[in-house]
Amino acid sequence: MIKGRIHSTESFGSVDGPGVRFVIFVQGCMLRCKYCHNPDTWNTASGEFKSADELLDTAERYRSYWGIEGGITVSGGEPLLQIDFLLDLFHKAKQRGINTCIDTAGQPFTRSEPFFSKFRELCDCTDLFIVDIKHIDDVRHIELTGRPNGNILDMFRYLSEIGKPVWVRHVLVPGLTDDDEYLRRTAEFIRTLGNVKRIEVLPYHSFGVYKWEKLGIPYKLGDVEPPAKSSVENAQNILEGKL
Amino acid sequence: MNNNEIAWRGFKGRVWRDDVNVRDFIQQNYTPYDGDESFLEGPTDATNKLWGRLQELQKEERAKGGVLECETEVVSSLTAYGPGYIDESMKDLEKIVGLQTDKPLKRAFMPYGGIKMAQQAAATYGYNVNPELVKIFTDYHKTHNQAVFDAYTPEMKRARHSHIITGLPDTYGRGRIVGDYRRVALYGIDFLIAQKENDLSHCGGRNMIDKFIRLREEIAEQIRALKNMKKMAEIYGYDISKPATNAQEAVQWLYFGYLAAVKTQNGAAMSVGRISTFLDIYIQRDLNEGKITESEAQELIDHLVLKFRMVKFARIPSYNALFSGDPVWATLEVAGIGMDGRHLVTKNDYRFLHTLENMGPSPEPNLTVLYSSRLPENFKKYAAKISIDTSSIQYENDCVMRPVWGDDYSICCCVSATQTGKEIQFFGARANLAKCLIYALNGGVDIKNHEQVGPKYIPVKGDVLDYDEVIEKFDAMMDWLVELYVNILNLIHYMHDKYYYEAAEMALIDTDVRRTFATGIAGFSHVVDSLCAIKYAKVKPIRDDDGLIVDYITEGDFPRYGNDDERADEIAVWLLKTFMNKVKGCHTYRDSEPTTSILTITSNVVYGKATGALPDGRKAFTPFAPGANPAYGAEKNGLLASLNSVAKLPYEYALDGISNTQTISPDALGHSDEERQNNLWHILDGYFDKGAHHLNVNVFGVDKLKDCMEHPEKPEYANFTIRVSGYAVKFIDLTPEQQLDVIARSAHEKL
Repeated sequence: MIKGRIHSTESFGSVDGPGVRFVIFVQGCMLRCKYCHNPDTWNTASGEFKSADELLDTAERYRSYWGIEGGITVSGGEPLLQIDFLLDLFHKAKQRGINTCIDTAGQPFTRSEPFFSKFRELCDCTDLFIVDIKHIDDVRHIELTGRPNGNILDMFRYLSEIGKPVWVRHVLVPGLTDDDEYLRRTAEFIRTLGNVKRIEVLPYHSFGVYKWEKLGIPYKLGDVEPPAKSSVENAQNILEGKL
Repeated sequence: MNNNEIAWRGFKGRVWRDDVNVRDFIQQNYTPYDGDESFLEGPTDATNKLWGRLQELQKEERAKGGVLECETEVVSSLTAYGPGYIDESMKDLEKIVGLQTDKPLKRAFMPYGGIKMAQQAAATYGYNVNPELVKIFTDYHKTHNQAVFDAYTPEMKRARHSHIITGLPDTYGRGRIVGDYRRVALYGIDFLIAQKENDLSHCGGRNMIDKFIRLREEIAEQIRALKNMKKMAEIYGYDISKPATNAQEAVQWLYFGYLAAVKTQNGAAMSVGRISTFLDIYIQRDLNEGKITESEAQELIDHLVLKFRMVKFARIPSYNALFSGDPVWATLEVAGIGMDGRHLVTKNDYRFLHTLENMGPSPEPNLTVLYSSRLPENFKKYAAKISIDTSSIQYENDCVMRPVWGDDYSICCCVSATQTGKEIQFFGARANLAKCLIYALNGGVDIKNHEQVGPKYIPVKGDVLDYDEVIEKFDAMMDWLVELYVNILNLIHYMHDKYYYEAAEMALIDTDVRRTFATGIAGFSHVVDSLCAIKYAKVKPIRDDDGLIVDYITEGDFPRYGNDDERADEIAVWLLKTFMNKVKGCHTYRDSEPTTSILTITSNVVYGKATGALPDGRKAFTPFAPGANPAYGAEKNGLLASLNSVAKLPYEYALDGISNTQTISPDALGHSDEERQNNLWHILDGYFDKGAHHLNVNVFGVDKLKDCMEHPEKPEYANFTIRVSGYAVKFIDLTPEQQLDVIARSAHEKL
């Protein structure tokens, strides 16, 4: 039986998809985002192995809180790095009638095999994708995360092609991702997609810095303050095509 | 038409007309409301002026150290004072009148609970009680306090002194008795007197044994109180001998009933009861007849609530330390579901919640939503909105209470249900089970003063605590504690009935009254976690020079209550059941039915201060977690896991209530107002569908608390209200120690 490499779970997620959700944080990510608030989920070799049924049994203890909208969300870490496990988890979730959601940065996405067939199958048992656009510009994206964004944007296109509902997220970091010009380019890209149900601007915060210190990784955004409310509103308006 | 025909015009039903039966009246006549809050009206000019004036008075009160004025010359009674108003120059604006004394926020002199306390309470704020009055209540008239201390045994005094039992109502009114104040409005006083006279004529007869003699005296006291209520109303220009004929009268008559209670008793809880749906019937009739507008209807409720916000008692410092923030628990319920399956939500339930918008947040009245997932979605959403905006309301599970108490119960204290007009409660204090566990380890010796307080059992020996041995000793020590605790309460309530009888409240309750006997538990989660540590980890005791265990080294991991972990939660259930079964085995005063609660108010701080270190890692003399809350820092799997753990405690074993207080940061509840509201009522649905009993919901970040502590003078904090175990307080009215305690509790703030 395939098991997932799990970082932790949270019984009460209210901002990771519609309604009240049980959130599964998987272990392992290839991106090295400078503002990451969960660097403890990077390492692909740690974490605790858990089976789909084990996790779903735990999740269902909170079913009475979900109502019609709620369910489970897999976040991370990067869920798509463990796509075989995800498939097992979501197939079984669907058998139990549970709403499913993936919170991903899209980094492992590719249209080549064997990944692509698995991804297509995953789409069939996933109700919602929450996907970050960390930076629209490829060079800046590499600077910010250590990896290019071509395949990530391609995943957006594919999800649009098959009409899979998507929430787009953008973390607003002053000086790094709040430039109006790039935000406009992001908005233009979003406009080409036909499946975006919501656009969320998440203001950068430094609550995760202690984890960097604990892990002994130098944190380079030490001086960056959270964006002003007006700046968040501005970004939201641009991304929604209002400015 | 005769008086009753005018007063009862248009009302349906038959049973309630001949006998006192308010529930039947409500069921026959109320109008369920499924719509949203859009019908609500803002405050009138009069409301704004009166509330503005009251806020000024509250500010003065705070500037004077918490008390505006204390009575020193007049013993409080129903007719002790002439009329009093919020402001003499604005008295015509008050739609609902009546104060406890002759001036707003002035605290009455109530010596019957204990003259020393009454004297001390006044002295604390710089007032000297007239020596003549002190002499009267010392030399000529015995008080409740003196009577209790006459009868206490040395063992009882030791237990009281060592704080293994704390919060005993032996110096003030016991409270928790809710008169059915609705009866005054529906029937008028004369009808109620006639009923009681009839009861008196059938009481005793040729079989004049103790219980009938006592009851005859009590009924006579009740009739006297009813007659004095009429006089009290006359002072304000009202004749309440006959039923109320319109909405304004119904609200006013009902309030006079409540005012009679708070003029004569300084109980630790002076609940208002389940009045919302009842009053809606009168308001709806006036609206239908075109006699009032919605704005006028809201004004009546706003002005009634203004009065509830003004109820005050003179308290001594040790009382304030236990129950901080000057609470009176004017608890008032909205919503619920009827036995016939219809929900009991009316427009008036919206109006009561709306007072928190019209006049801002406030701890009193202690607004309680009787919750069920079957309540209309519009109402759930509005209640959630009010919670998010004001953190001033609490929720209790109607679906676990209704099968036990029916569909017309009131909350008689913070969270405890009682059948309105049919039942009273003998309550008092909590047994400190955490301290009991330490006594069990140390053979009944208190580590604070090395006194032998409990029985001299053999202490625990050895270098590692053995679970089975500890359980055996703990069980035996709990036997001792429970018996002693129940005996103390028996004694206190005997004396309270004798020297401080609640005639005005009992006059509005059936003569053939059901009585419950409510005990309480403190230190619950710490005992559970400590037993888990002993069972699943290795706990090495550290002994002092006298061989007493004063601290522990705990090696290894152990499950904790608050994580939906069966290993810990089954010990929690065991602890509750064990305690309750022991209480059931004791004789309880006046054939009362024993119950218990896991509910501490703010006394978790005081209890903790009297209790040494525990194997769960809690440091000596630090606060306990409140009520049934998991210990600070124990919750590792998020809010819902914590709620699941608490929901496992069987309400049937804690019919007096299982209190849980949770603080959620707004950001963790959702991104938009709409999301937050929906998520909150889904949480409530889920929690209560699992059979949980109670939830206090606070929605704010820890930053706000810290800022408020540093800058209490900021205007936005004047009425900043938070829910604590079983009630609400203004944060700035808490002691600094309790403020820090609230901040220390982990807010659910997922990042």
